Amino acid sequence: MKRVVITGAGTINSLGHSVPDTLEAMREGRCGISELEFRDVDRLSIKIGGQVRKFEAEGRFNRQQMTLYDRFTQFTLTAAKEAVDQSGIVFSGDTAARSGVVLGTAGGGVSTWDDNYRSVYEDGKNRVHPFVVPKLMNNAAASHVSMEHNLKGPSFTVSTACASSNHAMAQAFQMVRSGVAPAMVTGGSESMLCFGGVKAWEGLRVMSKDACRPFSANRNGMVQGEGAGVFVFEEYENARARGADILCEVVGFAMSSDASDIVMPSKQGAARAMAGALSDARLNASDVGYINAHGTGTAANDKTECAAVADVFGPHADDLMISSTKSMHGHLIGGTGAVELLACIMALRDGVIAPTIGYEEPDPECALDVVPNEAREARVDVALSNAFAFGGLNAVLALKRM
Amino acid sequence: MSISDRVIAIIAEQAVLEPSDVTPDSTLEDLGIDSLGLVESIFAIEEEFDITVPFNANEPTASDFDISNVAAIITGIEKLVSEKV
Repeated sequence: MKRVVITGAGTINSLGHSVPDTLEAMREGRCGISELEFRDVDRLSIKIGGQVRKFEAEGRFNRQQMTLYDRFTQFTLTAAKEAVDQSGIVFSGDTAARSGVVLGTAGGGVSTWDDNYRSVYEDGKNRVHPFVVPKLMNNAAASHVSMEHNLKGPSFTVSTACASSNHAMAQAFQMVRSGVAPAMVTGGSESMLCFGGVKAWEGLRVMSKDACRPFSANRNGMVQGEGAGVFVFEEYENARARGADILCEVVGFAMSSDASDIVMPSKQGAARAMAGALSDARLNASDVGYINAHGTGTAANDKTECAAVADVFGPHADDLMISSTKSMHGHLIGGTGAVELLACIMALRDGVIAPTIGYEEPDPECALDVVPNEAREARVDVALSNAFAFGGLNAVLALKRM
Repeated sequence: MSISDRVIAIIAEQAVLEPSDVTPDSTLEDLGIDSLGLVESIFAIEEEFDITVPFNANEPTASDFDISNVAAIITGIEKLVSEKV
């Protein structure tokens, strides 16, 4: 088995248009959640979200590209460029032939669906643009990344709701670890912040109208975000040989299915995924210093996740730190695990633990060290990143400091 | 049909019971309605009466809309319907 390292990271989200900007915002505990701005927002009862601001697609992409790139693809390409540039890896020859791209998204081109349904249903038009289908399809972003960066190996899109990008990165990890691919571009993206995308979530009655406050006793629901996180996963010996700056090592993963309920989380399913990731990485529970929580800010998730952590880690649960950065960037649904992986990298590489902001009242059912409101300096050797999706599909990654 | 009968019909359908089996003092738990069933019932009630029920599944007791039993739900709906402009 090969060792797998991360040599490049890229992002765009409501906290920043790059990794350095995002990490600075996380260090400062800034909140990217604010009043949503898009057409018909006045017809929503949920009016807040972690929206990407001042992103000018024009100028970044040409006219022909713009007709093919939904916002989720634009975010993905922006993050992928940052990651590949940082990595310095050159995809040519055999490396290009065997390297691929695996990305997660839950909704794909949601705003393309939304705009075109509006056009035919509300405006009564009977003709749509010829590229509606290639623009909205869930694999559009992965395909455009493959074209942009010459990735000709295994490439596809994973869609497992809120765990999409963790499942995607686990797949990419397996491919590099097993030797199938020398490197993989991986992560995820989401762009559901349009009228139809928020209206659908509103229906479930789990959204907060004011803030995302994970683990706080007065939490009242999740807040949507948007954006992308993309990484270069690379075989360690190759990365070292070409002198790449290694951000951290990916050491294990696990996936599990609750097989119980379409929306309610399960302590057992979450615990099996965390314990499985430790076992895959051949780590002890006591090695883990930080967990980036799924931490949605719903009543059900946060208490279930904390109970699962207590089960897996025993007394060590009280010694480790666990925070939810969704309090800052919102829930990026299929892209969330990718943006949250940045908080793990910051913990391992910089020794800075991103806080759970908006924390106001302790909840006895979430009695862990949730790094409330302010970032903390601490040396961390191993970090876990949790994602527990609707549908009961869970994926956890284990990362190690180099 | 009275508001009460219409609410009971919606709850009975959700619980897969006869309306006669749904009594004012039944709790949703008694009727086997879980959190998803509750959200669906509230949606059906909103559609039936063209009202908006203030309900967040994360804090079911936070609004003054009481879901402790069928009678409380009916009282809450009657109030919302009477307030409708």
